[in-house]
Amino acid sequence: MKFKTLAVALFAVGALAAPAAQAVTEIQWWHSMGGALGEALNGLANKFNESQKDYKVVPVYKGQYPESMTAAIAAFRAGNAPHILQVFEVGTATMMAAKGAIVPVAKVMADAREPFDQNAYLPTVTGYYSDMQGNMLSFPFNSSTVMFYINKDAFKKAGLEPVAPATWKQFLADAEKLKAAGQQCVYTTSWPSWMHIENFSAWHNVPIGTKQNGMGGLDTEFTINSPLHVRHIAMLGDMAKKGLFTYAGRTNQGDAKFYSGECAMFSGSAGAQAGIRKAAKFDWSINFIPYHDDVKGAPQNSIIGGASLWVMGGKKPDEYKGVAKFMAFLSRPEIQMEWHTTTGYVPITRASYELTRQSGFYEKNPGADMPVRQLTNKAPTANSKGLRFGNYVQGREVIEEELEAVFAGKKDARTALNDAVKRGNEILRKFQAANK
Amino acid sequence: MEKRVVFRSAWLPYALLAPQLAITAVFFFWPAGQAVWYSFQLQDAFGLHSSFVWFDNFTALFRDPHYLESFKTTAVFSVAVAGLGITISLLLATMADRAVRGALVYKTVLIWPYAVAAAVAGVLWAFLFAPSIGIVTYVLKGFGVDWNWIIKGDQAMLLIIIASVWKQISYNFLFFLAGLQSIPKSLIEAAAIDGAGPARRFWTIVLPLLSPTAFFLLVVNVVYAFFDTFGVIDATTQGGPAQATQILVYKVYHDGIKSADIGGSSAQSVILMIIVIALTAVQFKYIERKVQY
Repeated sequence: MKFKTLAVALFAVGALAAPAAQAVTEIQWWHSMGGALGEALNGLANKFNESQKDYKVVPVYKGQYPESMTAAIAAFRAGNAPHILQVFEVGTATMMAAKGAIVPVAKVMADAREPFDQNAYLPTVTGYYSDMQGNMLSFPFNSSTVMFYINKDAFKKAGLEPVAPATWKQFLADAEKLKAAGQQCVYTTSWPSWMHIENFSAWHNVPIGTKQNGMGGLDTEFTINSPLHVRHIAMLGDMAKKGLFTYAGRTNQGDAKFYSGECAMFSGSAGAQAGIRKAAKFDWSINFIPYHDDVKGAPQNSIIGGASLWVMGGKKPDEYKGVAKFMAFLSRPEIQMEWHTTTGYVPITRASYELTRQSGFYEKNPGADMPVRQLTNKAPTANSKGLRFGNYVQGREVIEEELEAVFAGKKDARTALNDAVKRGNEILRKFQAANK
Repeated sequence: MEKRVVFRSAWLPYALLAPQLAITAVFFFWPAGQAVWYSFQLQDAFGLHSSFVWFDNFTALFRDPHYLESFKTTAVFSVAVAGLGITISLLLATMADRAVRGALVYKTVLIWPYAVAAAVAGVLWAFLFAPSIGIVTYVLKGFGVDWNWIIKGDQAMLLIIIASVWKQISYNFLFFLAGLQSIPKSLIEAAAIDGAGPARRFWTIVLPLLSPTAFFLLVVNVVYAFFDTFGVIDATTQGGPAQATQILVYKVYHDGIKSADIGGSSAQSVILMIIVIALTAVQFKYIERKVQY
């Protein structure tokens, strides 16, 4: 008798508890946004969670870009990948080739009948993350581009007009004057390959690789040893020798050299603005990157960097519905604007750019719209819509190693770039063989 | 006198060994076997496609000039780390052994760095030598030395050698000190009475008697330089600039974890495994003969 009551009671409790446990579907989101960016990201997730009751997005910080990607690959191999993974731009080709591991965003949205307009995004953004048929495979999230910054006070001190040089010719003239005026570090850069190979190529409308920079197929080859590339890298090597260019490292180490006032000119991510605004004790400006004025068609447009969100495979249909809902939420212009204005990343939809402009944000923060204007300077060509190289994490490192050899005076630009092409192509062939 | 223990039971010795065997199997033989298996495969990052490619990964490695360069880097690095580490700590140990006053203080201070994690040691030295803000950089600039290990390979190598040696000196010091203290004072006194100076006493009496310790430390230091310096490198140069500090074990990590090239990385670890087995065998077979126990 007693046993029966107990059983009934247990059953009742179970029946009550079950729907409560089922009510919220959790969506795991692995990302690499630390510090202030992480707070902004958590803010987006919280806003979404409060806006509805069925799904709960759980953001998890998994370390820097390469680390979170490695973690997700390991998790996928072990069968417990997250639903959403933030992957940096150089990992794009690796993710795209992993057909069984990911679900195209366009498909996730269509299956869940959520509205998703690919044309709402800037063409440089759409092109970067779409396959040849024009289907968007990942969801653009945080995009930036490379910009050129100058320390106006240092320019004035050297007797120069505090205006950024638009061409490399002018740049050299200014650099000499800055050096003569006793400027210790004249120019430095963050992300050397992104700035001086990838964006340099797009900005001058020359290919980085065959097959539309690798977007047209896995049988692509690097073409970064063209005369124009050699000339540009040789110029940098020469500047390094003369003490006009101080190498700072492969990632964003250049940022600190600029905002501490050590270097007078600097190229780095649009996202560096936040740090500069906070730390710089001098007058500065954000500008388009310089170009060689004797190259026909230059300047073209710059290409994006940053990361996109990938939907991982092997999850339940209901969970995908939640993912689609969350991405629809992220696409809203006001959410995009919030992300853009708090982080400094580029507004990636036209609507959010318009909305930000109408809000008067750009008047209050002069130069904040320079990145998006540089990205949309002209309609992108096959050379400037982006790039897609397999194992480009490795490929970019090869390029950076060869650049370092030039900047250290160990190799001349031609040999170094030829070596970069040769070694880079070996990586591409290996990737092609592994993903047949 | 027979020291061997005789077990009556047939299974008891195996049962007693089992936990250790299990650990060895799970944490050594299994991963090592997996590395050998993967080294013959070409795989994509997610493990969705894999094909058996025989020795392709190995031939690709030996065609890669940077891989061959990595051997040279490793040789320079480990000879420098083991050589400097052993010499400096021997010197310090001899000094500390002779110190009369405050010996305990010296010893404690010298042993201290051993408690510091490799990554922390790396960061510490990287800060001191940082190109823009480092104190040592500032001093060097005063002497007209242009110090920037971010771009200069030799300087980067010097930095990781200094950090690795500094970290290992305590360990070596401890063993040398113990070795020195176990040398009978009467031997040294007898030599002194016979008219041998401090230098001669050191070379003819102290050093030969220390040789077992020195040999043991040589093996340990080479293994340390090959594997345990990973933390120092990852926290400072990460193998750069232009692979100037990419020792073999760092390249395994870099290619496998960062570049997701499982096959190539596994092939490298198999080669590394063979090298270390060979090195240890050589050390025991040839160098140990010269050691007087």
